[in-house]
Amino acid sequence: MRLRLVPDETNFDFFRHAKVTFGASCVAMVLSIVVWLVMGLNFGIDFQGGTTIRTQSVRAVDVSAYRQAIAPLELGDVSISEVFDPGFEDDQNVAMVRIQAQDGQESVAADTIAAVEAALQQVDPSITFPSVESVGPKVSGELIKTAFLAVAVSLGAILIYIWLRFEWQFSVGAVAALFHDVILTIGLFSVLQIRFDLATIAAILTIIGYSINDTVVIFDRLRENLIKWKQRPLKDVMNLSVNETLSRTIMTSGTTLLALIALLVLGGDVIRGFVFAITWGIIVGTYSSVFVAKNIVLFLGVKRDWSKPDKTEGNQFANIDP
Amino acid sequence: MLQIPTWKRVFIWALVALGLILALPNAFYSRVEQANDARAEIETMGSTEAREAQAGQWPDFLPSGLVNLGLDLRGGAHLLAEVQVEDVYEGRMDGIWPELRDALRDARDEVGTIRRVDEGGDALVVRLNDPSGMQRALEIARGLARPVATLTGVGAQDLDVSGEGDLLTVQLSEEERAATDDRTIRQSLEIIRRRVDEVGTREPTIQRQGSDRILIQVPGIGSAEELKALIGTTAQLTFNPVISRSGDPDAAVSSRQVVYPLLDEPGVFYTLERSPVVSGEDLVDAQPSFDQNGRPAVTFRFNPTGARAFGDYTAENIGSPFAIVLDEEVISAPVIQSHIPGGSGIITGNFTVEESTQLAVLLRAGALPAELTFLEERTIGPELGQDSIDAGRIACLVAFGAVLVFMALSYGLFGIFANIALLINVGLLFGLLSLIGATLTLPGIAGIVLTIGMAVDANVLVFERIREELKTAKGPSRAISLGYEKALSAIVDANITTFIVATILFMLGSGPVRGFAVTLGLGILTSVFTAIFVTRLLVVTWFDRRRPKTIEV
Repeated sequence: MRLRLVPDETNFDFFRHAKVTFGASCVAMVLSIVVWLVMGLNFGIDFQGGTTIRTQSVRAVDVSAYRQAIAPLELGDVSISEVFDPGFEDDQNVAMVRIQAQDGQESVAADTIAAVEAALQQVDPSITFPSVESVGPKVSGELIKTAFLAVAVSLGAILIYIWLRFEWQFSVGAVAALFHDVILTIGLFSVLQIRFDLATIAAILTIIGYSINDTVVIFDRLRENLIKWKQRPLKDVMNLSVNETLSRTIMTSGTTLLALIALLVLGGDVIRGFVFAITWGIIVGTYSSVFVAKNIVLFLGVKRDWSKPDKTEGNQFANIDP
Repeated sequence: MLQIPTWKRVFIWALVALGLILALPNAFYSRVEQANDARAEIETMGSTEAREAQAGQWPDFLPSGLVNLGLDLRGGAHLLAEVQVEDVYEGRMDGIWPELRDALRDARDEVGTIRRVDEGGDALVVRLNDPSGMQRALEIARGLARPVATLTGVGAQDLDVSGEGDLLTVQLSEEERAATDDRTIRQSLEIIRRRVDEVGTREPTIQRQGSDRILIQVPGIGSAEELKALIGTTAQLTFNPVISRSGDPDAAVSSRQVVYPLLDEPGVFYTLERSPVVSGEDLVDAQPSFDQNGRPAVTFRFNPTGARAFGDYTAENIGSPFAIVLDEEVISAPVIQSHIPGGSGIITGNFTVEESTQLAVLLRAGALPAELTFLEERTIGPELGQDSIDAGRIACLVAFGAVLVFMALSYGLFGIFANIALLINVGLLFGLLSLIGATLTLPGIAGIVLTIGMAVDANVLVFERIREELKTAKGPSRAISLGYEKALSAIVDANITTFIVATILFMLGSGPVRGFAVTLGLGILTSVFTAIFVTRLLVVTWFDRRRPKTIEV
């Protein structure tokens, strides 16, 4: 007896509600951009400069007491939040204190940090500081540039690779789908005001990597089917391709999500934001591979005259087998 | 169709075995770590029984490479410092001034009287009372310039001399500035490295980043503050009279003498006078250069106090050696060839250009040559790191278990094959990480978990394809073979695109993010290898033995 998430034969019409699905994607993208512009991202110190201090204590975290203790130091914008994690012990109470970058200083001066630590120790003598991180505005400015560059270069490299291996319509479709994933992830981070830092950029790049993986598998089948079914309408061939690969799409997303959920629940709070971004990305990435990428290819149309296909076309790597 | 030649089978299993053996030390992490530490100590400090016993915990014939744990897992401090390279220019100008002044005074008849008018800064400005002497003054100043001692600066002089009206301006040339900047960074690196090595923590990372930055990561240190204090300490440089040279570190000496080892030659020790002739505070400059025979050498210069003491000492001790001592180690012990007045001298020896540059660096390494500005500071407590490791380990195991069960339920026997390949895959990944000495970070653990999830993808692609091929009833052997053949282009394309992303992440990322890129990228390589070769070999071996009429995937 086998576990079958998807029946052997499926014949879904993925275009039947194309207007709804594609429209929903467009609306979601627009909303994401609006939220991004209105609410902004909750940049971590990597991108904004400043200091974060992680505190740990056997006593319960009292955010307002912490705030009062730090207020006399006049450090500008200070945010304090309690951290929860199922992995914590009963007497493990953790909070994050974040201090904005101080004017005219590269990294926050040692005495500032010492003063904050002393003030917090007044409130709670048992408090300890498992991590202190401080980034100067100079570096954070460069990091943000590098981060955007990384995302742009990745999209560009993928555009070129898919173009070389498939047709330009495919590469536009694939990159549009990736763009969709990136925007939706940024949108979610804006709505929930989750800290957006270097690790989040790494997560976005991973999402790009995963989503393109998914899209390419479908495109690969589409390319094969286009050669096989020369007369069938493009729409039908696309539906056939997605149906044929549906089982694989669900299986791979399923195993990846299984692994990620384990990490999300048990992996600790330090990387939760990072794992959350990837988990979300896998879901939208799978969706966009099925509902966004191919719609764009359909819209752009594909050259159907494969009457004299180059024998090696798309198979340069296929002779690894014995 | 399903034939795999024997040599290929042997090769695949050999690779797998190799990878797993390389991964093995990580399963006994603390034991191997202790053994490695003990071996390093035996190497440098000699053998003791306790160290031998500790080294014996892990047999010699097994590989002992471990995956390094990143700062976020081990705890420690991270600093990104910017070196203020311009600081050095001013000192250089001050160093040149006495020389220029003396040279111009010697030619007073032609140049007239002079006065220095700049207020520090990176240019030396001299006013001539009589502008008509400018031509001659320029000549003299240019005469002081020396060739730049680097490969890129060949043919260039180190000083730019210009005259306008009655003002003579001397500054470092473009080439010399570049060379000086480079030296400043290298000196700073060297000093920081020596400072950090002194505390003897395990595997500190001290590397140059970009043109003027230094990244310092020290595991196990309490805080970034502590690390800053450590780096800030100045090195002690002295010039001491040599009493004797021997191979005995415990030579009996009087209370006014000390025994120090020679830096480059283990087993050689010098007995020195305890009180130095001159100390590093009096040294103003040391540069790599060449002696009159064109051999690499190091020139150095003292301030007036140091110059007088050094001059007197060398005049009285021609023919006997003196030792250049840095932090209780003798760097070199040249023999005094002649009286050295004027406070500048040259150290010759059997140097290569590289060695003379290194020695100049070490000589000046007494204090940091320029101020450091800290752009980034991070402290991670060891408990937090341990918590992260524990959480990561549990998450990995659960993810692993879930995927194994899921695959077995979905594909039956083929799922088991895929699972064996998955286990091998993770083993190979750790083997590769150990082999290249990669650093495992917290996002890196996430990368491994993600790899576990995605590694089955290639197998899923193949299995799904075999299922499809079975429907068209070509017989199991044909279906398996076609399944692999047709799934290949999708596997290759999908993984190359992901690999592109991992590469970009590696090139542009830093620290933990780079650690993630490494595990993700290597994970792609191992998972493609296990899916295409290992699973296939398992399937084919099984098929050959059983010859089933029908198969169910």
